[in-house]
Amino acid sequence: MRTGLAAFTLAAALAAAPMGSPAFAAKDELVIGMTQFPSNWHPSMEAMMAKSYVLSMARRPFTAYDPDWRLTCLLCTELPALDKGTAEVETRADGKKGIKVTYTINPKATWGDGTPVTTEDVLFTWTVGKHPQSGYSNFDLFARDIVAIDAKDERTFTIHRDKAVCSYAEINDFEILPAHLERAVFEADPATYRNRSKYETDTTNPGLWFGPYRIAQVEPGSHVVLEPNPTWWGAKPAFKRVIVKSIENTAALEANLLAGQVDMVPGETGLPLDQVLAFEKRHGSRYNVFYKPGLFFEHVELNLDNPALADVRVRRALLHAIDRDAISKQLYDGRQPVAHNEISPLDRVHAPGYPTYAFDPALAAKLLDEAGWSERRAGVRHNAKGERLSLEIMTTAGNRSREVLQQVLQAQWRQAGVEVRIVNEPARVLFGDTLEKRRFKSMALFAWISAPENIPRTILHSSMIPTEANNWAGQNYTGYRNPEMDKVLEDLEHVCEPEANRALWAKLQTLYAQDLPNLPLFFRADPFILPPWLEGVVPTGHLDSSTLWIETWKAKE
Amino acid sequence: MTRFLASRLLQALVVLLLMSFVITVLMTLMPGDPVDMMLAGNPRATPADAARLKALYGLDKPLLERYGHWLQAALVGDFGFSRLYAQPVLTILLPRLGNTLLLLGAAMALTLAVALPLGVYAARRPYGWADNAINLFCFAGISVPAFWLALLLILLFAVELQWLPASGLGPVGGEGWWERLPYLVLPVASLTLASIGGYTRYVRAAMMGELRQDYVRTARAKGLGEGRVVWRHALRNATIPIVTIVALEFGALFSGALVTETMFAWPGMGKLIYDSIMGNDLNVALVALLFATLTTLAGNLLADATYAGLDPRISFKGDGA
Repeated sequence: MRTGLAAFTLAAALAAAPMGSPAFAAKDELVIGMTQFPSNWHPSMEAMMAKSYVLSMARRPFTAYDPDWRLTCLLCTELPALDKGTAEVETRADGKKGIKVTYTINPKATWGDGTPVTTEDVLFTWTVGKHPQSGYSNFDLFARDIVAIDAKDERTFTIHRDKAVCSYAEINDFEILPAHLERAVFEADPATYRNRSKYETDTTNPGLWFGPYRIAQVEPGSHVVLEPNPTWWGAKPAFKRVIVKSIENTAALEANLLAGQVDMVPGETGLPLDQVLAFEKRHGSRYNVFYKPGLFFEHVELNLDNPALADVRVRRALLHAIDRDAISKQLYDGRQPVAHNEISPLDRVHAPGYPTYAFDPALAAKLLDEAGWSERRAGVRHNAKGERLSLEIMTTAGNRSREVLQQVLQAQWRQAGVEVRIVNEPARVLFGDTLEKRRFKSMALFAWISAPENIPRTILHSSMIPTEANNWAGQNYTGYRNPEMDKVLEDLEHVCEPEANRALWAKLQTLYAQDLPNLPLFFRADPFILPPWLEGVVPTGHLDSSTLWIETWKAKE
Repeated sequence: MTRFLASRLLQALVVLLLMSFVITVLMTLMPGDPVDMMLAGNPRATPADAARLKALYGLDKPLLERYGHWLQAALVGDFGFSRLYAQPVLTILLPRLGNTLLLLGAAMALTLAVALPLGVYAARRPYGWADNAINLFCFAGISVPAFWLALLLILLFAVELQWLPASGLGPVGGEGWWERLPYLVLPVASLTLASIGGYTRYVRAAMMGELRQDYVRTARAKGLGEGRVVWRHALRNATIPIVTIVALEFGALFSGALVTETMFAWPGMGKLIYDSIMGNDLNVALVALLFATLTTLAGNLLADATYAGLDPRISFKGDGA
C-alpha cells in the first residue's frame, strides 16, 4: 500500500515539476548519472557494466565493435587479416592448427604520464593474465587461447593463438597494463596483486590511463571525476571535466536529472525502459530521449528435463500462445522489438528464412492436443494419465518490468490451458545457484547479453550443460542436446570462408528456430536521456560502451 | 565503576566473537557461490578457472579453517580484503562509517533539539490544543515512510525550488564543511522528520510521569520557579529512559539509514552492509555487521554509564560479580 502511495505521489509530483529548461551545468562540464558505482578499477578483475562505461573514457582496447557493429582498431593501427599477411594459419609443434596475428600499436599512444605504450606492456599484460594467482576471470584468453607472443619491436607484436579461429582479429578483452607502474607491484607478490594493484591503491595516477580522459578523483560510492588526458593522441575531448555520479535509486536519479544535477542518463547502466517511457511522456520535450535495441536477448529459458517441455510441440505451442507484438506495443510502447531468434537482426550474421511463431491460439491448441494434452478440466489441460499441464516460471524478484511481463505471459498461457505458477528469487540466488545448478523446474525469464557475431557455444553446445561432474560449468541451463547443433557450433569457429561461414550461421538459426531450446521474446532496448545541447553520443547496443568514442561528444555551438 | 566497565567490555568481546562466527556461518549458508557469481558474466570461464579462483580466495577450505584464519588475522588488526572492491576492508569501511556517523549524528542532535522542548511543552499542557497539534504532527512523522518523505523533499527543494542539492556528499572538488553543509540538509531533514515524532512521544510520556511525582510537588511548594522545577529537576529524571532509547537506537540506525543513504546517494554504512551481503563479500559484511553490533553494545554501555551521572541513586558498586 505504501509503495503504491509513494509511486502515485512521485508520479504526480514529477508530472507537476517545472516545465522550463533544466538548470544546465556549464557546457564545458558533463555530469552523467548511473545506477551503479564501479566496485574496483582494474580493467581485468571482474567485469561490470558501470566499470566498463567509466574505464572506456580513460582507456582503449586494441579492438572493439563500433556503433555499426563492425570490428575496429582502437589501440592498434590496422586489423590483422589473412589476405594482408598480418594473420597466418600455422602448425604448432604438437601438430595442431593455430593462427598467428600481428598488431602494431598506434605509434602516438602514450600512458598519461608520457611513457609510450609498447610491446613491453603487451608482454607484461600476458604474464599477469596467465598467472594462476593473478585473479583474472578471463584466464582462458591469456593462458589457453594465447599460446605465445613475440615482440618484433617496440610497437609490433605477434600473438600465436591456440586454434585457427575465424574471429582471430578480435582481442577486445586483452586489456593492456602499464608495465612501468604495475610490474614491481605484480612481481613483489603475484598472489596479492589483485588487491595491491595501483588501479586500487593509486587510482588517480595518470600513468594508469591512456584514453581522452583520465581519472582525477574518486569518491567511492558517490562519484568519479575525469579530466582531459594531456597525452591523449586522438581528437581533443570537448569537456574540461566529466563527472560520473552514482545514484542507485532510479526515482532519485530521475529527480536529480530534473533538478539539473545530472545532465544525462546513459542506456548502458541507467533507468529501466518503463520508467524512461513514462519520463518521456512527461518531460520528453526538454530532453533528447532515444532507444537503442541491442544484444540483450530477453527470453524464457526452458528446462528440457521437464517431461512436458521435452516435447518440441509443447515448446512451439507455448510460443504460438504468446502475443508478443501486443506485449511489445502495450508494455514497451513498441520500443523493444520482438525476437524471433537468438541472433539479432542487427547482427551481420543474422540470416532470415528460419521458422517463426506468430500469435496463433488455434495452432497452439492443435499442437498441445497432438502432444497429448488434450483434455481440459477447469480450464487446465491434462494428458491421458490425468497429469495437469502445470509449469513454474521464475525470474529476478524486484525487477518490476520482468515481473509484469511474467504476469502477462501467465495470463496468455492460461488462455491456452497451460497453468503457470510464478516463483521468483533474488538475482543472486537465481543466477548464482538456481540456474547454474539447473534447479529450476520448468521455465526462467531473463536476458542473455552477447557481442556481435558471438558464437553461442556456451549456451547451446551439449558439452556446456552444467553438471556436478563438470563443476557446474557452462551456460546451457536448458539441457539442450542436438549433435547437428554441436557440429555447427564447432565448425563456426574455424570454417571462415565467407559463403560456408554464412551457411553455418543460417543453419544455426534454423536449428534454433526448429528446436526452440528457449522461447525468444524481445531484444531489449537501452533508453538514453540526453540534454538537447549535447551531440555526438552514439549508442552501440552491445557490450562495448558508447564512451569508447567520448572524444566526439560535445556541446552544440 | 572500573569493575563494571571491565566486566561489560569482556561481555562485549564474547558477544563480538560469537557474532563473528554466526555471521560467517550464515553468509556461508546463503545460496550463490561468490566465485560463480563473479564468473556468471564470463561465458569463457571453465571449471578449471572456477576451481583456481575458489582456491585463490580460500573458498575451497572448510568453514572452520576459514574462520580460524580470519580470526587469527583479525586479532592482529588485519581484517582482510574485500573480494568485490579489491581493497583492505578498513579502507572501504572507515570513510563510510564517518559519512554515516556524520549523517546520523546530525540527525540525532537535531531530533533531540526539537523533540525535547516539544515533548516537555506537550507534557506541561496535556490534552490542550497545543498537545493535540503536537500529537498530530508526531503521528504523521511516525507514519510517513522514509523513502516517500525523502522523495518529497527532493522534489520540493531540489527539483521545484532548486534551493538545495538532491544528492551526494558535497560539490565535486569542494572539501570545506561549509560547501558540504547544503548537501547534508535534505538527508538530515528526512531522518529527523521521521524520528521526531517517536522521540517527542517518549519525552512527553516520561515528563508527564515525572511532573506527577512528589518531589516535583515539594519543589514547587518550596517556591522554586516553574522553569527550574521542569528543566532542572523533572527533565533530568525523565531523561533516563530517553537516554536508553537514544543509545539503543543508534546501533539500529546503521541499517535503518539504508533508505536515506540510497535515496540521497550518500555513501554510508547502511548501503555498504546491504551491498556486501548481496554481493557475498564476506570480509566486508562481517566487519560491517560487527561494527553495527559494537555500536549497539557501546550504546548500551554508554546508557548505563549515563544513568549514574543523571541519577545519583544508581550505583555500579559490586556490579562486577
